[in-house]
Amino acid sequence: MQIYLPIAEVSVNLFLLLGLGGLVGFLSGMFGVGGGFLITPLLMFIGVPPGVAVATGANQVVASSISGVLAQLRRKGVDFVMGTVLLIGGLTGSFIGVQIFAYMTALGQVDVFVQLSYVFFLGFIGATMFWESARAIWRNQRQGAQQIRRTQGHSWMHSLPFKVKFRKSGLFISILPPLALGAAVGILSAIMGVGGGFILVPAMIYLLGMPTKVVVGTSLFQIIFVTGFTTIMHAVNSQTVDMMLAFVLIVGGVIGAQIGSRMSTRLKPEQLRILLALLVLAVSIKIALDLLLMPTELYSVTRLVLP
Amino acid sequence: MKALLLALVLSVGPAVAEESLVTGLSRDDVQITADFTGSDILVYGAVRRNSPAPQSPPMDVIVTLEGPSSPVTVRRKERIFGIWINRSAVDLADVPSYFAIASSGALDQILSPEDDLKHQISLARRLSVTKITANSMDFSNFLRATQRIGSDKGNYVSQQNGVKLAEDTLFRADFALPANLTEGDFSVRMFLLRGGRVIDVKAQTIDVRKTGIERQLTNMAHRQPLLYGILSLLLAAVAGWGASEIFRIWRR
Repeated sequence: MQIYLPIAEVSVNLFLLLGLGGLVGFLSGMFGVGGGFLITPLLMFIGVPPGVAVATGANQVVASSISGVLAQLRRKGVDFVMGTVLLIGGLTGSFIGVQIFAYMTALGQVDVFVQLSYVFFLGFIGATMFWESARAIWRNQRQGAQQIRRTQGHSWMHSLPFKVKFRKSGLFISILPPLALGAAVGILSAIMGVGGGFILVPAMIYLLGMPTKVVVGTSLFQIIFVTGFTTIMHAVNSQTVDMMLAFVLIVGGVIGAQIGSRMSTRLKPEQLRILLALLVLAVSIKIALDLLLMPTELYSVTRLVLP
Repeated sequence: MKALLLALVLSVGPAVAEESLVTGLSRDDVQITADFTGSDILVYGAVRRNSPAPQSPPMDVIVTLEGPSSPVTVRRKERIFGIWINRSAVDLADVPSYFAIASSGALDQILSPEDDLKHQISLARRLSVTKITANSMDFSNFLRATQRIGSDKGNYVSQQNGVKLAEDTLFRADFALPANLTEGDFSVRMFLLRGGRVIDVKAQTIDVRKTGIERQLTNMAHRQPLLYGILSLLLAAVAGWGASEIFRIWRR
């Protein structure tokens, strides 16, 4: 059954869209990532114009993140204080990121810039997470004891001013590292058109030393607002949010998110992390190959929308 | 000069009046609804004559169907430091979003280059007159790439022998419009030819428009973008919350 998308101006199979939304929602609920780094390339692959894919992807991520946060909330897995601090940094960073994006667009190299960002950040984070979780699993199997080693922040982090008690995370640290982290993720999310969960989740675990239990919910909480902001920006600036496409993706996504967050309670944290690491690595390798291998079609046609 | 003009008018004039096209379309509007999957268009017509049809040269008909145009940027990738990145770019001022051409024979045999130039019948000719802003000298490669990519996507269609002639008088051409249409006026041009020369031209338009919810969403996205953005977020919030509630009830 085909459905015509009014803003994208393409006709797509309804069940294919539902499936895509469901898949991304499932990952969102399971790992606490928004799924923007998956939905955007997937939409482009099925023929949705890139601008519409980025903007509508952001809108879909809002819905699956809300659904995921509500599920985590009932498990008391959201640290609102930490989420708000990250968010303040995130919105500032996203504002800076939009300026960088506009500058690269003016230079005419925004595509390569975005692709290289994907390869570099996804590759680095995927590899680090994979290595760490593989070691954790190996250690657990040898000792038979389930013990998660987390770095309680570096010593210099404890000497920074403006210390705040993050009760849910069991941390008493300066607000400066989370603010900086939020800002860095905000910059990246504006440039890469993603919520930034795949960077936020490992950074919260390894840099801030937050327990895995609250990481997913807190990350989703921050993602709701960053992607919400992105959606409005795109709707106003370029009119590229396709509500029909978003609706179908959301219906699939919210169901997927619920199933995903159920599943996440059944898996051990390090198993969860190794799966996310593999997924992130796979996407980064795919994009790296696109850059390295000679494309079958060297030319590309970009249609400019008439004002 | 005046004598030359008069001679031209006298020599061309009667030939134009001798044979002309009478044409029709199976439909003059296409409505894009939510379940739109494409549309079939039949272009038909007949040749009206004052005198019996000449025996030679043989009669031919070409029909073109062209969608709304817009500016495009064509980029070419080159390998730099081991990675393939966009290097040179060419801007084309107006490139049709859709172009189909059907003819009663092979195009290069029934249409002379002079008349193609004059009427801009073929897509290659049509694209060659667009305003080009290039920093590269080999823009002809970019024009060819535009045509190739359009053909691969099914937006540029060529049907040699797609026009059926009957009794040297009637003709018909069938077009299947794809689902990924850009809305706007689609122009249909019909050419009557003999010996490679165009004898008569007729043009009609097909109005391709979104209707219903498709129309409303498009209008709102462009006229009230902020409200549209907020509504999109509300939709996301309600759906996200709704699914969460439904699952909670279902679990009990």
